[in-house]
Amino acid sequence: MQQTPTAPDAGATAPDPARRFERVGEPILSIRGLKTHFTMDEGVVRAVDGVSFDLHAGEVVGVVGESGCGKSITMKSVLRLVQKPGRIVAGEIIYRRPASGKHKALEVDLAKLPEAGRRIRQIRGGDIALIPQEPMASFSPLHSIGSQIVEAILLHQDVSKREAKEIAIEKLREVGMPSPEQRFDAYSWQLSGGLRQRAIIAMALSCNPAILVADEPTTAIDVTTQAQVLELLKQLQREHGSSIVFITHDLGVIAQLADHVVVMYLGRVMEQGPVHDIFHRPRHPYTRALLQSVPSLHAEPRIQLPTVAGSIPHPLQRPTGCPFHPRCPDAMPGRCDVAMPALYAAPGGSPVACFLHHDHEEADDG
Amino acid sequence: MHWFILKRLLVVPFMLFIFSIISFVLIQAPPGDFLTSYIAELTQGGSSVDQAQIDALRQTYGLDRPMVEQYFTWIGRMLQGDLGVSLEWNRANSELIGERLLLTLLLTTFSLLFTWAVAIPIGIISATRKYSLVDYVFTVLNYIGLATPNFLLALVLMWIAFDRFGLSVTGLFSPEFAQAPWSWARVADLMSHIWLPMIVLGVAGTAQIARVVRANLLDELGKPYSEMARAKGLPEWKLVLKYPTRVAIAPVVSTLGWYFPQLLSGGVVVSVVMSLPTIGPLLLRALVGQDMYLAGVIILLFSVLTVIGTLVSDILLAVLDPRIRMDGA
Repeated sequence: MQQTPTAPDAGATAPDPARRFERVGEPILSIRGLKTHFTMDEGVVRAVDGVSFDLHAGEVVGVVGESGCGKSITMKSVLRLVQKPGRIVAGEIIYRRPASGKHKALEVDLAKLPEAGRRIRQIRGGDIALIPQEPMASFSPLHSIGSQIVEAILLHQDVSKREAKEIAIEKLREVGMPSPEQRFDAYSWQLSGGLRQRAIIAMALSCNPAILVADEPTTAIDVTTQAQVLELLKQLQREHGSSIVFITHDLGVIAQLADHVVVMYLGRVMEQGPVHDIFHRPRHPYTRALLQSVPSLHAEPRIQLPTVAGSIPHPLQRPTGCPFHPRCPDAMPGRCDVAMPALYAAPGGSPVACFLHHDHEEADDG
Repeated sequence: MHWFILKRLLVVPFMLFIFSIISFVLIQAPPGDFLTSYIAELTQGGSSVDQAQIDALRQTYGLDRPMVEQYFTWIGRMLQGDLGVSLEWNRANSELIGERLLLTLLLTTFSLLFTWAVAIPIGIISATRKYSLVDYVFTVLNYIGLATPNFLLALVLMWIAFDRFGLSVTGLFSPEFAQAPWSWARVADLMSHIWLPMIVLGVAGTAQIARVVRANLLDELGKPYSEMARAKGLPEWKLVLKYPTRVAIAPVVSTLGWYFPQLLSGGVVVSVVMSLPTIGPLLLRALVGQDMYLAGVIILLFSVLTVIGTLVSDILLAVLDPRIRMDGA
């Protein structure tokens, strides 16, 4: 743990050049053409509208975008936690669990599993664990944090209550909870924000999941604590080689943690690729706009920080064509407002959905 | 936890003192006193009233004393366990109230348990299956239950029980047991009669509480901790019962304090209709006849029950919610 914590984005707008992740073999999680729509009286909100990306074992994928662009709903769809009236209407979520110890290898399309069934429940928490957005409210205030962690362990591991308690205390120690034996019996509202987030992480790690989904885990806590929690996640990732999907709107966090970046806008993937490419050679105008809006220590002081022009359109009034075209500085009239660019990778490049880079249109399926 | 209960207990005598003053002021509030209505009754019957006799009575009952003095005499006797004498019945109040109080408490407790046993599951089912057919059916039933005056429900159920099943359903006992001393047979007889008034008294509250539980549970189900429990892989029903329901029933538990007296007084009409030997009709008569000491004792008893109800609900809440428990420590 760092003694002098630094803000996650202070001068860290570029990723560490030493960090490279080589993708080999089959991904542990493949999302293909995922569409999650919310049918309401006012119309259909296409919260996730054709998202595809992969997560490889040991990799950290950062999903980035403004609020309301469908990042969280994408990952809730993976865990099958989308509440009515939301529904997965199309796409595949292939989870491939490598054989390990007592577990057999497994390949399953999570999108096809019954939402409340036993199989998805075994995967939730056991194989894919969630680190939620709001550590404040994610523990029940009426039960001690220890009992809630033990509950998770007993659901997925064949151990006695006493062993479960030992595992829970061990996990609490691992995430840097001071005096974990005493904190085991504490209630969440007795802990500070940072400690609560650590307890949540301990709970997520308690069943040694293959994939961690971190949904803006540092948004709700103060900057100092944010830095500590990020440091902790980095350290845990290094030690366990965890595969993490990290959802954030903070590019500084992405630069620190991610190997691969998925840029989302209005339920669609605009661009994705290795973190170095995204930061040094961003191709999509939206990615560029996002990067320009990050404050940097190297920039001249007191200049006005550029923002992404305009604001996210109302979910029920999606623009035609490319959803970003009304805000795009490079929009080509008659092209971008008419057809939807497909997420297409030119040979040797990474996928981008923009007519500036290719001519492939998305087949319009409504 | 012990501290919490002790602190609550220490407040009880103080609250009772306040309540006793209010009870006393209330029964003194109507113009005139017992003697005024007694004289009116006598005059109506044609007897002449001797002023000297009235003064003598007034002195005996201490009615000519100042209010404050009357209060302290009254409360002083109560503290010594002397509940006084009913002016109208000319019998000890304790004797009049005794069994009625027991039966009333029994009936009230049964109604309360019935209400909870029906309302909480309905609330949970309605909330977890929001806007489904089941939810709508329960909603309609709830509104019917809420809108039906319970004396009407009493009449309808009594008619059905009598007409279809040939059951005698008035009172809490069969005639042969009404005045009999307590025995197992009498208890069994009581149990075979108590269910109908229990349902009648419980139904309106059921509708109300089911709505409260549904609304609260809907709020709680959307909270991050519910989603987190789901993300752990907990089965849905287990999750609902363990986490959000515990929060959602807190308001129900906290209303226990005033639910008790509400049932007691709300049951008066039902008691009259079903000729139940409960305390409600006795209070009604005492108030009409300005039998002030009897009325005073009953009102004070209601207050005691309210205080006890509140105490019990506070303790239950503390058991449910550690934040309340530890706040008092």
